[in-house]
Amino acid sequence: MKRAILALGVALFSAPVFAAEDGPAIDPARVEKAVTSSFTTLPEGWDARLKQDDAQRICSETRNQPSEEQADKIVAAEKAKVKFPADGVLGDWKAGEKVAQNGRGFQFSDPAGTEAGGNCYSCHQLDPKEVSYGTLGPSLKGYGKAMKFSDDAAKAAYAKIFDAQSVLACSNMPRFGPNHVLTEKQIKDVTAYLFDPQSPVNK
Amino acid sequence: MRSKALGGALAGLAAMALTLGLTALGSAQDGGGSGEAEIERYRKMIDDPMANPGYLNVDRGEALWAEARGEKKVSLETCDLGEGPGALEGAYAKLPRYFQDADQVMDLEQRLLWCMEKVQAFDTKAIKAKPFSGPGRGSDMEDLVAFIANKSNDMKIEAPLSHPKEQEAYKLGEALFFRRSAVMDFSCATCHGEAGKRIRLQGLPQLDRPGPTAQATMATWPTYRVSQSATRTMQHRLWDCYRQMRMPAPDYASEAITAVTLYLNKNAEGGELKVPSIKR
Repeated sequence: MKRAILALGVALFSAPVFAAEDGPAIDPARVEKAVTSSFTTLPEGWDARLKQDDAQRICSETRNQPSEEQADKIVAAEKAKVKFPADGVLGDWKAGEKVAQNGRGFQFSDPAGTEAGGNCYSCHQLDPKEVSYGTLGPSLKGYGKAMKFSDDAAKAAYAKIFDAQSVLACSNMPRFGPNHVLTEKQIKDVTAYLFDPQSPVNK
Repeated sequence: MRSKALGGALAGLAAMALTLGLTALGSAQDGGGSGEAEIERYRKMIDDPMANPGYLNVDRGEALWAEARGEKKVSLETCDLGEGPGALEGAYAKLPRYFQDADQVMDLEQRLLWCMEKVQAFDTKAIKAKPFSGPGRGSDMEDLVAFIANKSNDMKIEAPLSHPKEQEAYKLGEALFFRRSAVMDFSCATCHGEAGKRIRLQGLPQLDRPGPTAQATMATWPTYRVSQSATRTMQHRLWDCYRQMRMPAPDYASEAITAVTLYLNKNAEGGELKVPSIKR
């Protein structure tokens, strides 16, 4: 008896320290329920933003480390979404610079009709003269020049900007085309910002 | 004590700090190669408690805590924030936590709403609709949080997760931290899952694991935001993160926000609170 009480005492005083990996994994349905109950003031048409598509769900559950099979499935599905423009992938680099600089659009603080940008500078270095650039993505300084301004590389860049996960499953980069964040013209303009020899990116 | 002594001298100093601060930020953005150094200089300049307008919120919160309000015409002074009725010392350092009377894990702001409703019979509808201050409009919540959090100054953040519902909330917060959604596919981890990264020139704390950046972040909220001329709480910070993630606005005092806060506080355990702090 005494021993049992002693054991209880020890158990009480050495309160278990909860480690991050302890306990059962949380049921995905429980997570979705919390999302639904915590975001109840939805502007018209915004309910879709709460729901995950397959890529988002797999990338969330695997912390952006999908299995080979999952990655192949995502890349195949996203590749099928990529549409190339009929008249070539290069637009106007000056317009592309504005898209790269613009970080607005799709935020609940943006007035209706706000033109969305690509927010490129938040994560990438582009024009070497622009000092305010982020580092979440690789530097793209001199990108077109480094690719020898090749047509194939420009086409690949267009596809990457249109849908980053058509190239790399669970990329951190947004899928600008299929999610209708940028228009075909805007994506062409950004591609030109990367690939036009006159663009400051290549100076 | 300290906050009262500060109150009177603040306004002039604050205005000076703002002018100097914004000038410094302007020149940092305009160029040269020393952007990082300029921002560091600016941070040092605003990191002066004597010039921190957040202490005005502390003073207002102290008065509001003791004011008789609601249908019951009583103050909040019997409100139990986890350390016993009316006990404020160290309460914020242990929140969010499980409350038996509500059978729920609550952060400070949820708990304050609960106390307003149960203790004071105060109608919280208007607060829930507009919880944050704006031009010409103060915020009871920002005042109360500044006052109460300040009572945990120099104490360490604790999140022992000793109740099963706290463990569940932690797991929920963790899942939400990594949950990608909306038109840009962002999650919290997109920006806060790696060390030493930045957006434009803004450094990003790594928050997906225990460590000094999580500690430094969570130990400095609530904070006076110079760019917003307002003292902001963790509810506001996460609301603003979801805005940048292109998600809808999360409901004030919702389960998801508390869960994410608990996950972050677990990673920030041991961080020493210095609040209200002052930030850009």
